Amino acid sequence: MASQVVDDHTIARRRRVRPDLLLVGIGLPGGIALILFQYFPLAFNVIAFQDYQPYLGIGQSSWVGFQNFSFLWDGNPQFLNALTNTLILTLIQTVLVFPIPLAFALMLNSLAGERLKRLLQSVLYLPHFMSWVIVVALFQQMLGDAGMLNTFLIQNDFDMVQIIGVPDLFKTLLTSQIIWKDTGWGTIIFLAALSQIDQEQYEAAAVDGAGPLRRMWSITLPSIRGLFILLLILRLGNSLSVGFEQIILQQGPVGLEASEVLDTWVYNNGIIGGNWSMASAVGLFKMMVGIVLVIGANKLAHLFGERGVYEK
Amino acid sequence: METPKPLVQAIKFIALLVSVVLVIVPFWTVIATSFADEETINANAGGMVMWPTGFTVSSYEALLNGGVVTRALVISVLVTVVGTLLSLAVTACLAYWLSRPGALGAKPMLLLVLGSVLFSPGLIPNYLVVKELGLLDNYWSLILPVMVNGFNVIVMRAFFQNLPRELFESAAIDGASSATVLVKIVLPLSKAVLAVIGLFYAVAYWNAFFNALLYIQSADKWPMALVLRTFVVNQTTIGGDQVGATEALPPQLSLQMAILVMATVPILIVYPFLQKHFAKGVMIGAVKG
Repeated sequence: MASQVVDDHTIARRRRVRPDLLLVGIGLPGGIALILFQYFPLAFNVIAFQDYQPYLGIGQSSWVGFQNFSFLWDGNPQFLNALTNTLILTLIQTVLVFPIPLAFALMLNSLAGERLKRLLQSVLYLPHFMSWVIVVALFQQMLGDAGMLNTFLIQNDFDMVQIIGVPDLFKTLLTSQIIWKDTGWGTIIFLAALSQIDQEQYEAAAVDGAGPLRRMWSITLPSIRGLFILLLILRLGNSLSVGFEQIILQQGPVGLEASEVLDTWVYNNGIIGGNWSMASAVGLFKMMVGIVLVIGANKLAHLFGERGVYEK
Repeated sequence: METPKPLVQAIKFIALLVSVVLVIVPFWTVIATSFADEETINANAGGMVMWPTGFTVSSYEALLNGGVVTRALVISVLVTVVGTLLSLAVTACLAYWLSRPGALGAKPMLLLVLGSVLFSPGLIPNYLVVKELGLLDNYWSLILPVMVNGFNVIVMRAFFQNLPRELFESAAIDGASSATVLVKIVLPLSKAVLAVIGLFYAVAYWNAFFNALLYIQSADKWPMALVLRTFVVNQTTIGGDQVGATEALPPQLSLQMAILVMATVPILIVYPFLQKHFAKGVMIGAVKG
């Protein structure tokens, strides 16, 4: 009986020593798909250093060195405009929009009544699952010239307000759409973190005379600091992607000056305009900035004693 | 813990209530307008309706009578069903490989998965790969490039890692192969995470606009997202011949709203069934990822 057990163990150990090729085979299709569509495309960035012509292909197109990156130093006004718009939107989205879910999570968390809380959450999560096409269409129907707001204003003898299609209001519109769509969803992760905080800490602080604000400052916020920084770093990698779908859908009426960002510039000049090489040079530049930001932010997080996305 | 001040509590409650109203009203009025008849819309200065006093389904009848919207619905349903099933299968298998301790090649693969979450290769290179693979204007271009999502792989891997170790050990002693373990033990115990990830994929496929815009060129291959953009966002007039109508069309506004409802309703229907699993799925990903 005892020897039987020993034998089983040896068999198990032997099996572990021999690599489980079946297991690799099971996982590999997904791995190949990921490499094919997430890493293999990186090789196509070589056309940024070519005068790429689709009918010649990569093999036959001529090499031009860094000429396509001239937008970086020759003050191309289109590029500078797209870069400026992108940076403004990045700033708005990171500084203004990013903390809003945290505020909502704090509000929801302090609300009495489990069922009410759950009901509110179900409703607030919903817009996240709507595509940008749907969100843009909904905003048009609510705030457009013939939308609900203006129909109401006109019927009650007020002046109508133009919101959609106004260049000066475009960034405000984009921001409010993002807030509408993703605030609720953004609370999930914070709510999960808030529920992990030991309630006894709050009780002890209250006994010591700490008010609600003091408790939030000294207990709640420090407990979720790590998560906040982690999410921020994750955002940075894509921080120059400020919403291609959302913007390309609404670009027509407002014009390029107010609405062009790096992603739409790449699309309009590359896919539509056929200037493949320069468009991919801009794309490559954008990716490099993302990589530098993530690595830099992660280093900074380590300096401040946080975990960051990856360990040192 | 002392009770919070009533005023503070009231302000919070009102803020949350207002947000809920801001979420619900647009959906409600879109649905109401899609069912409103011509008189109701005209009485409302041709604008959005809050309550369809004259109720009619003629917009839906006109749109579902064959033609561009009907075809787009069928395409979107097919892409969503096939894509979600493929994605779930491939993601679960990849996550299973990466979740087993000491599995050959799992470490470098995991790094590649993490990297794909942090960075994307960019629009032009993606386009060129799809083009080189001959997938332009092909329905597979809506599925294959987004079939494996790194975040979903990480969430699922974390779920598999949290399954009781004893199950794997006893299976190994019984001599079960890794395929048997996956099918007999791992998958049956992972219904919750499969449901959540399945929903994420399904919503992504159903909503797909970016890839459709890039890769689908012929109008007769449009999924719902492109139909929505053309007829609702860009307000292109919907002609009778486009929807295969035999009689006069209902008002454009109510047709547009019916398209919007048809693009939204499938999500609204599956949402309540899977909503209870969200928090769990996302939290695992956050804690372990």
